Amino acid sequence: MSRLLIEASTPLCLLQDAGRFGVRHLGVTQGGALDWVSMAWANWLLGNALNAPVVEITLGGFTVKAEDYCLLALAGADLGAFIDERAISPGRSFVLQKGQRLRFTQPFSGARAYLAAPGGFDAPAVLGSCATVVREALGGVEGRGKALAEGGRLAYSGTGGALQELSQPALPTGGSLDVIVGAQIGRFSGQSLFDAFNTDWTLDSRADRMGMRLLGTPLQYQGPSLISEGIPLGAIQVPPDGQPIVLLNDRQTIGGYPRLGALTPLALARLAQCLPGETVRLAPVVQETAHRQHIEYLRRFQTAGRACTR
Amino acid sequence: MKPCIEVVAIDCLMVRLFEVIAEANMPWMLAATQQLRGAFGPALVDLVPSYTTLMVHYDLTALSPAEARQRIDRALADLQPQAQGSGQCHVLPVWYDLRVGPELGLLSQRSGLTVDEVIRRHSAHEYQVFALGFAPGFAFMGLVDEALATPRLSTPRKRVAAGSVGIAERQTAAYPVVSPGGWNLIGRTPAKLFDRERDGYSLMQPGDTVRFQAVDHAEFIRLGGDDAPLEAHA
Repeated sequence: MSRLLIEASTPLCLLQDAGRFGVRHLGVTQGGALDWVSMAWANWLLGNALNAPVVEITLGGFTVKAEDYCLLALAGADLGAFIDERAISPGRSFVLQKGQRLRFTQPFSGARAYLAAPGGFDAPAVLGSCATVVREALGGVEGRGKALAEGGRLAYSGTGGALQELSQPALPTGGSLDVIVGAQIGRFSGQSLFDAFNTDWTLDSRADRMGMRLLGTPLQYQGPSLISEGIPLGAIQVPPDGQPIVLLNDRQTIGGYPRLGALTPLALARLAQCLPGETVRLAPVVQETAHRQHIEYLRRFQTAGRACTR
Repeated sequence: MKPCIEVVAIDCLMVRLFEVIAEANMPWMLAATQQLRGAFGPALVDLVPSYTTLMVHYDLTALSPAEARQRIDRALADLQPQAQGSGQCHVLPVWYDLRVGPELGLLSQRSGLTVDEVIRRHSAHEYQVFALGFAPGFAFMGLVDEALATPRLSTPRKRVAAGSVGIAERQTAAYPVVSPGGWNLIGRTPAKLFDRERDGYSLMQPGDTVRFQAVDHAEFIRLGGDDAPLEAHA
């Protein structure tokens, strides 16, 4: 077993995997890595299952010290990571010798970095997943929903192969965010539909793992009030103030606000790397097209070459 | 019964069965749930029931949107309501008391009924579990006697004790764990509503029925209840 001592952390540094499934009818939220693409690439670099447990580091402020020889991989945001005094960019696997420190300082590009270990970090599966949901006291290293904290330890038991580097940056960037339009779309005013897809939306600082609020021209819903129903990942709900909220992995399972539609998983991965104050555009897409693009993207994990770095 | 299927996400379809909340929906909802679980098998990721809808979240690497639609169509083609009593019936002991149910007085005032009559009416009905949400094991139940219907508090409490039993409009629920909450509190149950060690995790499942049974303070404590007044949790 190889171990890492956590020397610094924040409430935004969490053990995550793909999320908790099969229990949403009991009111249990999904959870899981917000940028699933970067989580998958971090795991891919080590030959892991793409959803093996990783550390989601949001904005930085995280330091670990190797208590043994450790092989690790990093993908996602550039959070100014250093191995001791040497800077390390994301998109590669690397060795941390016993006694060496890996430190994340501040965001240079993107918001969330994903740290993976061979076979995934050790954690009990709680209701089928180790995804940390603080509100529900589920998941994490101890299984009780605690964020990673100073003094705690991360461990893994797998063994790794050669060092790898991604041939292209894994961080999803650019373009507008694809929205699969929902059934209530026709209940918004014509002007609002135009505004939704043709104006800039600014990410509010009121953002967490439950949802991100978008600021812009208020959208007008003109339909009847709705009975609560299941909420999919990425749903864009519009409360009475007209400022949309994109519902993320830790959202409540049912709700009754009208919805424009839902972001695609690839759009969600991109959104997860945006910081408050950034602007985004939304673009409508039909379900079949989005599905095709998604399956195509997943194929990259099979076909991407593993370039040895040394 | 002609369910309507709506696209809600890349891998989710909403099956809309009804337009209004009614106890009579439940036999149909249960039948549809069973049919859909069977039709999707391992390709089902989650099936989220609510009052009038079932959200089908399927594995998008196993099924195309068209295939998922087909499975729903086929599963619901000859839907027959499930026989009554297919869900479990739970009896939840409740200590109805102003110390743990501060809105008992408000409900009495609004309805013009005595506190005892409020309690009697709340505990007289066998409620349907329409949906779980808000928190793990939080069951939305109804329908509450019209005389007891009361809107949510205008300012939600920051902390509501675990086991608190409340009313919002014509629904009733019990809080599984300490959490914020805006429901009108009328009592507290000692029952453990969500337990990760229990088979099925949640005491109440969608489609179950629930009856509340008034117990006195001594019985509440004997059953493991925590009678700490609300202020201690504020």
